[in-house]
Amino acid sequence: MRLLLIATVWLYFGVLLIGPIAYLSAQSFGEGVAAFWQEITRPEAVHGFALTAEITAIVLVANVVLGTITALVLARQRFIGRTLLSGIIDLPFAVSPVIAGFMLILLFGPETILGTLLGAAGIKVLFALPAMVLATLFVTFPFVVRELTPLLQTIGAESEEAARTLGANEWQVFLRVILPSLRWGLIYGATLTVARAIGEFGAVLVVSGNILMLTQTATLHIYQSYVDFNYVAANAVAFTLLAISFGILTVLEIARARAAAAQQA
Amino acid sequence: MKIEVRGLSKRFGSVQAVSDVSFAVREGELLGLLGPSGSGKTTVLRLIAGLETPTSGEIFIDGRRVNDLSVQQRNIGFVFQHYALFKHLTVFDNVAFGLKIKKWRRSDAGARVAELLRLMGLEGLGHRYPHQLSGGQRQRVAIARALAPRPSVLLLDEPFGAVDAKVRQELREWLIRLHDELNVTSLYVTHDQEEAMEVSDRIIVFAKGRLEQVGSPAEVYEEPVSEFVARFIGSMNILEGEVKDGLVRVGSLEFPAPGFQDGQRLLVGFRPY
Repeated sequence: MRLLLIATVWLYFGVLLIGPIAYLSAQSFGEGVAAFWQEITRPEAVHGFALTAEITAIVLVANVVLGTITALVLARQRFIGRTLLSGIIDLPFAVSPVIAGFMLILLFGPETILGTLLGAAGIKVLFALPAMVLATLFVTFPFVVRELTPLLQTIGAESEEAARTLGANEWQVFLRVILPSLRWGLIYGATLTVARAIGEFGAVLVVSGNILMLTQTATLHIYQSYVDFNYVAANAVAFTLLAISFGILTVLEIARARAAAAQQA
Repeated sequence: MKIEVRGLSKRFGSVQAVSDVSFAVREGELLGLLGPSGSGKTTVLRLIAGLETPTSGEIFIDGRRVNDLSVQQRNIGFVFQHYALFKHLTVFDNVAFGLKIKKWRRSDAGARVAELLRLMGLEGLGHRYPHQLSGGQRQRVAIARALAPRPSVLLLDEPFGAVDAKVRQELREWLIRLHDELNVTSLYVTHDQEEAMEVSDRIIVFAKGRLEQVGSPAEVYEEPVSEFVARFIGSMNILEGEVKDGLVRVGSLEFPAPGFQDGQRLLVGFRPY
């Protein structure tokens, strides 16, 4: 019975994770290292990686800054609508990314007031970087907030009050007391954000238009190569993203262990 | 007067936490704020510190009205019940925190921290982190940290509430010695009447957000102004009797009751002696 259960778990992992990863890795180098290298250094692929990196960087900064502020306000301030806002933080987890993208299309489309105003000002949102960043922000928004709010509640406000009685102003309280205790939780949330931003497909597909060399991210490039029967390119780029994900997973595990240790101490 | 509070009230929503409280703390005094939990004593302490804003009333420290001063400007030292140490800093850096904020010179700050660690019996622990200390040691670090920037007054909120009974007794005796040595005006919140009796120069008894009695430990013990104080300080049996011919009768016992009318009913309290 025990062996059957263990075998089930192995089979589950094998079919879901290990098999596909092994097969993808083998296929990526099926045509040789030179072919792999050629595919990931093609201008279209390089542009895709660069665009993904750009979106990820913007989203990371926005999420760390706004997520920390949001968590601080939700954990420390009492105001009208706090319960409502706390309740809808998780909404992006529940909403399909495609729907998230579609909502942006509706909001910024050329028929809307917002779309018309921005268009008149010469700002292109849809089928351009701003919409792709917004779509990615939508799907990654909960990561930092969800990580920090409970952490702040557990830590409590006493050490912040202690710092104030010792003369620290709000900025000093933040830098010297709050930030150090949030450090590992923040790294954890930021890593999740990066992982999700790199991998995001649905929301970005809807708002980007998937224009080659313009709004085609790495994941969109994989999809497009696959649709065009260019399996070598799809494999090579997919393998590269997979390798990055493994790197992120490692950071994540370290951060999680440190965060748990920090909370215990 | 070192600290003076006039007509202080604080309301949290529909809860009246503190109602029209007035008292003064003398220079160099160790004053205990005593009351059951929820009696508003911690709120009074937090109002004096500037961690809460009063609904009405005035607060003076060193003769200066501090209502409009922020907590940072009031120059108070505050010791929290659960230590509230900075977990990511060593004992040394915890104690030095206020000195760094106030931009003390590095050498002066180092000397001040070393002096306090010695005074607190924490020599050799400067490089440790809070989680490597016992409860009693943590609380002494918290007191050292509060005292480091030479505050004008020291406010302690149930400072020994989170340590076990034996350590508590040690810390009490140690607090008395420390106070004798430093002579910092200290206001000390506790719900433990024995602790208040032992440690304080004077005691203020709180009940339901109101000040019941102010006096020396002996005064509040021997001359309680109300049934509440009598019951709260020490143990006391209270029986009701009737006055007749200047005497109050309780069962077969009679006690002098000068100034009372015949037929009046009185409460008579008995303490074990």
